[in-house]
Amino acid sequence: MKILVITEQREGNWNRASFETLSAAQQMAADAGATLVAAVVGKGVAALAGELSGFQVEEVLQIEHDLLEKYTPDGYSLASAQVIAHEKPELVLLPHTYQVRDFAPKLAASLGKGMIADCVGCRHEGGRFVFVRQMFQGKTAVDVTFQGEPPWFASFQTGAFRADLLKPHAAGKAPVRNVNVELKPEQIRTKPLELFREAKQAVDLTQAPIIVAIGRGIKEPANIPQAQKLAALLGGELAASRPICDEGWLPMDRQIGSSGQTVAPKLYLALGISGAIQHVVGMKGSRTIVAINKDANAPIFEVADYGIVGDIFEIIPALTEELEKTKAS
Amino acid sequence: MKIVVCIKQVPAKDAPLAMAEGGAWIKETDIGFEMNEPDAYALEEALRLKEKHGGEVIAVSMGPERSKQAIKEALAKGADRGIHVADERFYTLDPLGAARSIAAAIRREPGVDLILTGLQSDDQGFGQTGVLLAELLGLPHATIIMQIDVADGRMKLKRELEAGWFQWVELPLPALLSIQSGINKPRYATLKGIMAAKKKEIVSVVRAELGVDEPATQHIERIYVPHKSKKTEMLTGSPKEVAAKLVEKLRREARVL
Repeated sequence: MKILVITEQREGNWNRASFETLSAAQQMAADAGATLVAAVVGKGVAALAGELSGFQVEEVLQIEHDLLEKYTPDGYSLASAQVIAHEKPELVLLPHTYQVRDFAPKLAASLGKGMIADCVGCRHEGGRFVFVRQMFQGKTAVDVTFQGEPPWFASFQTGAFRADLLKPHAAGKAPVRNVNVELKPEQIRTKPLELFREAKQAVDLTQAPIIVAIGRGIKEPANIPQAQKLAALLGGELAASRPICDEGWLPMDRQIGSSGQTVAPKLYLALGISGAIQHVVGMKGSRTIVAINKDANAPIFEVADYGIVGDIFEIIPALTEELEKTKAS
Repeated sequence: MKIVVCIKQVPAKDAPLAMAEGGAWIKETDIGFEMNEPDAYALEEALRLKEKHGGEVIAVSMGPERSKQAIKEALAKGADRGIHVADERFYTLDPLGAARSIAAAIRREPGVDLILTGLQSDDQGFGQTGVLLAELLGLPHATIIMQIDVADGRMKLKRELEAGWFQWVELPLPALLSIQSGINKPRYATLKGIMAAKKKEIVSVVRAELGVDEPATQHIERIYVPHKSKKTEMLTGSPKEVAAKLVEKLRREARVL
């Protein structure tokens, strides 16, 4: 069996989720006695290929073309399909990034194959891989297996595997090989223009030692000052899950999660946040997590150190009072 | 513009979920359903494009009989007509099978300029349907869209990337876009809209009659409540008691205060 990991870079900078997927793939290859190959796609990516070759992989594939300099779904899926046809991997693994969700299902479908996306785990069992993914916003998990003939495609959620467990190459360096792909400008229907950031981030939540975060449970903007007061009392910053920022109740730069900031404060207090995957990936590295939610089955409790099932509008005032009391004494 | 918007009906956000017998899906009795929230943003964007550029909006939904309610809601908000792809066992479809079925229904509509989808469904959460539809229908696509400007048969789009980055991209029409949540503020249906919707057409097609019968590429072995990755200490008592317990824990045990 051959496993191909397609890594991700933009303008010469890694998407670090690539290393988590590579780490998962190393373990999977070891479990299944499979060969592991890593690919890097773009233009002028020799240095990145060199970096990949330092990890325990059989080989690094360097896939370069002028039309791959800027990401397009057409360019990336056409190029990847040619590499897959040439290298014949049974399993293709990718990090579940915004870019991967933009092109990988298309790549798989162009070959008539399916993809199991956004997996949080994988185990080798009875000679096959069983992938674990979440449904219902993390309230349930499912075990999924591939049917039919390879190649099979799967992507791994950010934070699901540990990049720090990546094994260096036993003999120093794996060989790097160029794989040629043919692309014509008329095949690329998307015209990629400039990358940009919105107005400068006013707050850097990554530096906050304590974060009080609010979710849908806060119900209306009039209730936000309560949470604000609690955050101030704790010497922390106020943050939110995506729906709160979508509503415009807090500015976008206070959003935690895959489309916002990733934080790891010493204390993260989640108020009325259900714990959808997109939020959890942005905060699960926090040292101590406290979750307060009226739904005992909310997935946020899975990552919490301390949990309280209850009404935040009863608990926030009680907590505020308690903190004022201890502060005074 | 002739715009197709794909919407799904999913369990209401606060619905208590229980596994159905056999473990292949959840128990659907006794829970409420609503329009998948990401799709509500796609619908709103479709309605705004129609208001600006003229044309019609067709709401397409696949699922059991109850899914028609989501189509009715779309019609009440201003969509012109609906297509219901009926399948009581839609949950047995893999992402590619689901997309093939919806693509087959859309193919019956000539001259579609734009297809919009939400980013993902809050039930199965495949997050692939839009991109798969584009590939199956031979259309260019872009995902996680935060702004759409249409001019001269082309679109200029603002794509959201990770960690606060964005990108402008251009696409020709016809095309498919997956809309990011938060792109707009979805409207509420007015009483007038609800009344008008009663006269609008919903065409039902039975999924099994669409000629999509490729074998599934993946199989769900088991649905279950996930294992906890952390040992969570649950604090109980009155609000005053839990507040005192929590502050004590955070000071003495976690030492973060």
